[in-house]
Amino acid sequence: MRTEYSDWRSRWRTMTDRLATGLAILATAVVVAPLVAIFIYLVYKGARSLNVAFFTQLPKPPGEAGGGMANAMLGSAVLLALASAIGVPVGIAAGIHLAEFGRGTRLANAIRFTADVLNGVPSIVMGVAVYALIIKPKIAWLPFTGHFSAFSGGVALGIMMIPTVCCTTEEMLLMVPHSIREAALGLGAPNWKSVLSITVRTASPGIITGCMLAFARVAGETAPLIFTAFGNAFWNSNLNRPIAALPLQIYVYALSPYDDWRRLAWAGSLVLIVLIVLAVSLVRYVASRGVLKGAS
Amino acid sequence: MGVGIEVSNLNAWYGSNHTLQDINLNIPANHATALIGPSGCGKSTFVRCLNRMHETNPVARVSGTVRIGELDIYHDATPVEIRRRVGMVFQRPNPFPTMSIYDNVAAGLKLNGYSNRRALDDIVERSLKDSALWDEVKDELKKKSGASLSGGQQQRLCIARALAVDPEVLLMDEPASALDPVSTSKIEDLIFELKTQYTIVIVTHNMQQAARVAEKTGFFLNGRMVEFDSTHKIFTNPSDKRTEDYITGRFG
Repeated sequence: MRTEYSDWRSRWRTMTDRLATGLAILATAVVVAPLVAIFIYLVYKGARSLNVAFFTQLPKPPGEAGGGMANAMLGSAVLLALASAIGVPVGIAAGIHLAEFGRGTRLANAIRFTADVLNGVPSIVMGVAVYALIIKPKIAWLPFTGHFSAFSGGVALGIMMIPTVCCTTEEMLLMVPHSIREAALGLGAPNWKSVLSITVRTASPGIITGCMLAFARVAGETAPLIFTAFGNAFWNSNLNRPIAALPLQIYVYALSPYDDWRRLAWAGSLVLIVLIVLAVSLVRYVASRGVLKGAS
Repeated sequence: MGVGIEVSNLNAWYGSNHTLQDINLNIPANHATALIGPSGCGKSTFVRCLNRMHETNPVARVSGTVRIGELDIYHDATPVEIRRRVGMVFQRPNPFPTMSIYDNVAAGLKLNGYSNRRALDDIVERSLKDSALWDEVKDELKKKSGASLSGGQQQRLCIARALAVDPEVLLMDEPASALDPVSTSKIEDLIFELKTQYTIVIVTHNMQQAARVAEKTGFFLNGRMVEFDSTHKIFTNPSDKRTEDYITGRFG
């Protein structure tokens, strides 16, 4: 015998269904709204100060109109390249160890715990720590010690990237189905080769996303740079010298008493966000071309 | 050319669970041998002992001797060497999802450091023809991902991948259990073709399948091999009462 549902029940179901859908849409809007609002406000405040000079010139001394943040953009590029060169390989290697070789061992548990703690370390503390490790001690035969430098800034940002990269790499590798590993081993591949050429490759879209998250996060960091890269009003690409960075320059300009500088700070913020979005999209695009269509 | 397999006193454990007990049998070269039995009887564990996949599980242990041709695989060789000579096709199709069809077939050779482009093209073509997939995929070998094929095609792709490394033995662990009847019959036709060149060991839950493709059949129950004989004898006149009960559907 068929169960008869009353009219009331069916209406109740339709209603709860709509309610749940509505709540999901609302939650999405709450997440997206601040981002859109920030972006619109930045365009409103900063777009007027954007001109060719902003991208080509050095900052002018207070009182003189104009000037740009070209050196800070170069500085950020140098710092982020160095940070990625440290954070990405170390993070990925640690993640591979956690997921593939050291699963369940004491060392792996210790590494995972350290990474979690490192993830929670406030960025200003990271800056102070690198200051104490690299800048405070002056050792004659060791390069980069004893003074503010781009190198120390890159190290601080690089260390901050490691936990994010490491954790996402581990998670993505653990998501690779066991059957894929068995397929590789069944073909006569040694374990290390199966891990590197099959498992890591299968997980690579997720690993790349993790790297981009870490990159985007440190790209906007100011605090770790205050004690390390220090900032610089002039052109510099020497790793051994203090270097300018966009977030640092924004911080200094936004707090300054000059209207002109504050306008430049708005423009700098807009440029910083756009550059991060561009960098992330570019890497995603390049990575997605390597992975074939139809693969999920 | 295929080689025979000689198993003596094979025992296997998962942790404290004694999953295979004193298995002795001779699998003939260039024939298909089917292994039947209820779920959990040890037949999958048995084939996984033939290419040392069993020991990839950290709690697994094994004792006894397995000879593949002249080679004692547990004493005279490494797992890596064995697995190059003994190919395996798994229950669920498992192509490498980020690789093209071509790269999937070439994967085994590339993983082993083989890099001669020209020869690779030939091997990929021959393997796909041997697995009866060539005509369906030849136009998009490098464009399409292995994961974009249908389930039955994926399984034939996995067979091609196993054949490309030119094994002597092909182990198939329920290769058709996740497939529809049409794909299943293609796989069975394939086994018929392949057994002229390879020694095939196939685990199956489907007794008609065993009867169709295999010359020899072994019946496993509770970690022991109850009976091993010609397929015809097993299905018409088994010597053991338990075999008879199983194939007539009285349990399992």
